[in-house]
Amino acid sequence: MLGVGIIKGLAETGRNFIGSYFDRDRLVTVEYPEQRVPLRENFRQFPFLVHDGQDAAIGLRCVACQICEKECPPQCIYIEKSKDKKPDHLGKPQFFPAVFNIDISVCMSCQICVEVCPFDAIKMDQDFELSTADRFGGLLLGKTQLARPNTHFQRIHPREAAEIDTRRADERQKAEAKAKADAEAKAKAAAAAAAGTAAATTTAAVDAAKPVGARPAPTTVPGPASARALPGAGAGTVPAAPSEPGGQV
Amino acid sequence: MAANVDQIFVHLMQMMVDRVPDAVAPWVRAAVGVGAVLGLFGLLFGLTTVCERKGIARMQNRLGPNRVGPFGFLQFAADGIKSLTKEDVVPRSADRVVHYLAPLALLTPVVLTFLVLPFGRNMVLMHVDTGLLFFFAAGASTELAVFMAGWSSRNKYSLLGAMRAIAQMISYELPFILSTVGVVMIAGTLSTVGIVESQAARPGEWLARWNLFTPWGLAAFLLFLIAAFAEANRSPFDLPEGESEIVAGYFIEYSGFKFALFFMAEYLGMFASSGMAVTLFLGGWTAPVAALDWIPSWLWFFGKLLALIALFIWVRGTTPRLRMDQLMDFAWKFMLPLALLILPVVAVWHYLGGGWRGWLFCTPVLAAAYVLLGRALVGRRRIQRRVYRYAGEGVAS
Amino acid sequence: MTPWFLLFGGLVVVGALGAMALRNPVHCGLSLVVTFVGLAGTYLDLGADFLGLAQILVYVGAVAILLVFVMLLTRTGRGESPEVRPGGWWWGGLVAALVAVGLVGALASVSGWKPRSEPMTFPTVRDLGVALMTDFVLPLQLVGVVLTAAMIGAAILALPERRGGRVGRTPKGEEPEQ
Repeated sequence: MLGVGIIKGLAETGRNFIGSYFDRDRLVTVEYPEQRVPLRENFRQFPFLVHDGQDAAIGLRCVACQICEKECPPQCIYIEKSKDKKPDHLGKPQFFPAVFNIDISVCMSCQICVEVCPFDAIKMDQDFELSTADRFGGLLLGKTQLARPNTHFQRIHPREAAEIDTRRADERQKAEAKAKADAEAKAKAAAAAAAGTAAATTTAAVDAAKPVGARPAPTTVPGPASARALPGAGAGTVPAAPSEPGGQV
Repeated sequence: MAANVDQIFVHLMQMMVDRVPDAVAPWVRAAVGVGAVLGLFGLLFGLTTVCERKGIARMQNRLGPNRVGPFGFLQFAADGIKSLTKEDVVPRSADRVVHYLAPLALLTPVVLTFLVLPFGRNMVLMHVDTGLLFFFAAGASTELAVFMAGWSSRNKYSLLGAMRAIAQMISYELPFILSTVGVVMIAGTLSTVGIVESQAARPGEWLARWNLFTPWGLAAFLLFLIAAFAEANRSPFDLPEGESEIVAGYFIEYSGFKFALFFMAEYLGMFASSGMAVTLFLGGWTAPVAALDWIPSWLWFFGKLLALIALFIWVRGTTPRLRMDQLMDFAWKFMLPLALLILPVVAVWHYLGGGWRGWLFCTPVLAAAYVLLGRALVGRRRIQRRVYRYAGEGVAS
Repeated sequence: MTPWFLLFGGLVVVGALGAMALRNPVHCGLSLVVTFVGLAGTYLDLGADFLGLAQILVYVGAVAILLVFVMLLTRTGRGESPEVRPGGWWWGGLVAALVAVGLVGALASVSGWKPRSEPMTFPTVRDLGVALMTDFVLPLQLVGVVLTAAMIGAAILALPERRGGRVGRTPKGEEPEQ
């Protein structure tokens, strides 16, 4: 009969109306600024730059290879390569970005920069509260604003971060082992050379020992603690320090 | 004591008028009365918007606005300030004069309808013999304002919305007015005050003589209410502003304060219709049973008014929008015949003098008409649960 | 000459002038509405409540809407209003003058141009109703018959055209021979 459907509908909405005052489970609203839905691990917003350790100026993984800049579909990344180099986590001297800007008003969160980065240096952040009164300057993030420590990455993407961390630890161990082997081989060769040339003078021995002592210094120091400490030692003279090996090589 | 509380506003007005010279007394009376009504219903408009949003939110298991002020009840102030400070955009090709006049032409008659509503015993702004006619005359002139708004905007959506609105308002105007004729026949007057007084309990009776308590009164009340939904352009009859098809209907091209005026006119129209429904069928400011007469009359009126507004909100939160042909069919094939049928039924009721004989005759006639007309409207086809078919369904795997 | 009379009379005159002089037909229609409102106000000012309100209800609420709709739906294009032939003005003026003379003569014969000294008592709605239902019941019924006939005619016009039926013109696709 005409009107029965209306009555049924009214009963349903009436039940909802009253029920929502007694049964809090009915209310699905999350009152955002106070309450938050925990973010999913795969949620992504805009890219950020990962750095190891606490100091972004030293630990930045980015080597300014500019692949992301080239691949970025909306071309929101701008990188200027540094003139000089600094050692990366394996101790290899690498360039670093003197300027690294992302215009997040242009960025479309496609994650292609992350996919193409061979150094795990750029990752997607989950920070979405980026509103600003200045729509030009406020949305153009520079290197210092983009840099986030690895601990942040571990927090927002724990699974991916763990995987990357183990891989990087493996790489470092291998590199250390290789460096150690190299150093031992070199030392052995030096010793053999020293033994072979018994008539060698003391000055020759000093000459042979000098490169061994000076060159592997960035690479062969064992243990992660000293690996961290080493770039730290040269932090005050970053432009000067890489020029030394460069000059010697 | 109870009588004093009942007449407190009348006494206040009298005190105010007594203090001014006789020459300006009628003007003061008019100004104070109109000011009070405007302020009161303006505030009610604001609170209703909040309550509507909260109520509909609760019907959909949401929270609704709860940020501005205690429990969000100052939301309307924020909305009002926002609409006041917004830019007033007029389309370049619009007809500026008509575009400017339309909201005023809409709001003025709507406000005028409040003049004849009796808010309580001795509380009516304009006591005239033709109160009901005045109400309908003022209500009818809103259609022209809708046309002005839709036409002057030079926008196809707003013109479509205006066409829909006018077709709908004219169609529902007929049952709107016809459903009240029975009340006029019984009360023997067009005066709203007279209609209310005819529904009060006679001395010695325990039950009031509300028109709602008669079979034809119930039917006419439902017709009047449905037509009032349509006249107020509210769901399920909100085709004129159907957001999904024509964006906002006839007030698309209005922004800022003019838009707020349209919004306000819609709500004030709803209040006026509700107030008239209370006056005609729910006994105005009279109590339903004589034992409750000690409650002030204006409390009764506003209580009933708020209940009807809540019903408006409830229905809006429940029903989906009708289609245009359904809308027209419902007006012309269901409501109009029923409204016409009510007239002879009321005549017979009056002739039989009500009582059990009236009930015995009127109830079956109206119920049969309702069932038959309803069946003719929706047909015998059964509304079944919709079956969804997905790609791949039924394909041999 | 109360201020109300001046106000409403002014509305009537201004509205009528606008209805004649404005270029846009919709504006003319809206201007005519002003005239209707002014007339209704004049009736109310004279104490004829029912007449004034019925004027608004019928003319502003229904006739004016019909008017503007017809204007909207029949307008063929922009600025294509048919030119009024110069001779037409004379005929129109003549008819208007005759009507005016007739009206003024009728008024003069009734009132004799003397203002009433005693206040008039106006019929209430109840009196009107009683009069319509007793003395004027035949005209009322006749008006009802006329309106019913008009309504049935409108319904027939709106009926869907039957194939080969008697109602309406020839159906589409079956054009008669030229």
